[in-house]
Amino acid sequence: MARHLLQLLRRELLLGWRRASDILGTAAFFVIVASLFPFGAGPDPVLLRAIAPGVLWTAALLASLLALPRIFSADHADGSLDQLMLSPQPLSLLVVGKVWAHWLMCGLPLVLLAPLLALQFDLDGAAIRTLAWSLLLGTPVLSQIGALGAALVIGARGGSVVLALMVLPLYLPVLVFGAGAVAAAQAGQSADAPLLLLAALCLGSMAATPWAGAAALRISTD
Amino acid sequence: MTTNTLRGAHGPTWRRFAAPVHCYRLAGLLASPFAALAALLGAWGLYLGFVAAPTDFQQGEVYRIIFLHVPTAWLSMIIYVAMAFWAGLGWALNTRVSSMLASALAPSGALMCLLALITGALWGRPTWGAWWVWDARLSSELILLFLYIGFMALHAAFDDARRADRASALWALVGVVNVPIIYFSVRWWNTLHQGASVSLSAAPHMAEAMLRGMLVCTLALWSYAVAVVLWRLRLIIGERESGAAWLQAELGASFEQGQAA
Repeated sequence: MARHLLQLLRRELLLGWRRASDILGTAAFFVIVASLFPFGAGPDPVLLRAIAPGVLWTAALLASLLALPRIFSADHADGSLDQLMLSPQPLSLLVVGKVWAHWLMCGLPLVLLAPLLALQFDLDGAAIRTLAWSLLLGTPVLSQIGALGAALVIGARGGSVVLALMVLPLYLPVLVFGAGAVAAAQAGQSADAPLLLLAALCLGSMAATPWAGAAALRISTD
Repeated sequence: MTTNTLRGAHGPTWRRFAAPVHCYRLAGLLASPFAALAALLGAWGLYLGFVAAPTDFQQGEVYRIIFLHVPTAWLSMIIYVAMAFWAGLGWALNTRVSSMLASALAPSGALMCLLALITGALWGRPTWGAWWVWDARLSSELILLFLYIGFMALHAAFDDARRADRASALWALVGVVNVPIIYFSVRWWNTLHQGASVSLSAAPHMAEAMLRGMLVCTLALWSYAVAVVLWRLRLIIGERESGAAWLQAELGASFEQGQAA
């Protein structure tokens, strides 16, 4: 089973690597959206510091939303999703492989880029560390909820708009705890509570998503 | 044989209504009485609320919006749970009518959400001096509206009605699991950012006349929601089963009745 999972991951990463524009596009979108805010809100460093947690987290949220349709759509279009589902391994394993490959390609780059953007918003060291931690714990939740939604809208009309309408309200707790952690660190308070809550959300979604995602795939490929 | 007559041909009698034909008739039978009840209770409740209930000594006449606001807010939450329940039942037991009932509930729930938000804004402007504040209750009601919109958008995205039913059922259940998480995250966010500047829970106890008006209004809106949902259910059944012979017969009969009258 572990070998099957590794093979699946390898396949996904290889496919992603061969079509690197998708991955780079997500990262570039994150950087561009975050850079737009100073133009809109003005270059005042005090203001930028105040809005930085919310802006960076919202930009990360939108960037991860942008990449969701690619989890299943290409495999569905060329029929390989049906082939993958025929494999004797449990369907939830396929979901796990898909989700984590997607996170490695579209979530992890956001975690790594965020500290750089945080410097543009004049955050201090403690806040930057908390930002990186909160994204590291929060982006997997986004990938898992998003993958569940993406599995349901396979082949739907106007899939990406519907996906955004479905998924964004459920992203709210992640945004609240993520941005809250950074804001707490900025204010010199302990960010442990929101980070622990993010970790709880992460573990909870890891437990539920494979199962729910398998049900979603069965609904979509009936 | 005895068990058969007791249980009916398809199991216990309540399961009869899983068949579109029986459900269609039951909905038609119940909808009009509930609509009449809604009109009567509505008139009574509005009389209690706007004439009989005394003027509030702190808020003046403005407070009277609660006779609409509180029932719509309650209903918006209850309908979401009911919708998820019927959608889940339709998914688990593969009963089409349950799923149709879920999609009949969604627009009414969204409407109640919207009404709760609008009446809340109308109350907030004179009382708090702002149409909108990012209070935990207001924000979670807004998110609930977004959840309804997501459910309806997902359902509308498929041509195959059964797939739409199953997909939106799964999403409604995911939503139900998330509602408490969202609610507490919003409360927590609110206390972190600005502290609870407004709290409805700290309001003084209500006079009995006000409470009575509110309860009657709540019952009126419940009856209204039941009637409208049943009518909408009949339309959805009619749309989805348009090829069925029983429906042609049903519609033909009512058409002839209309001609005769």
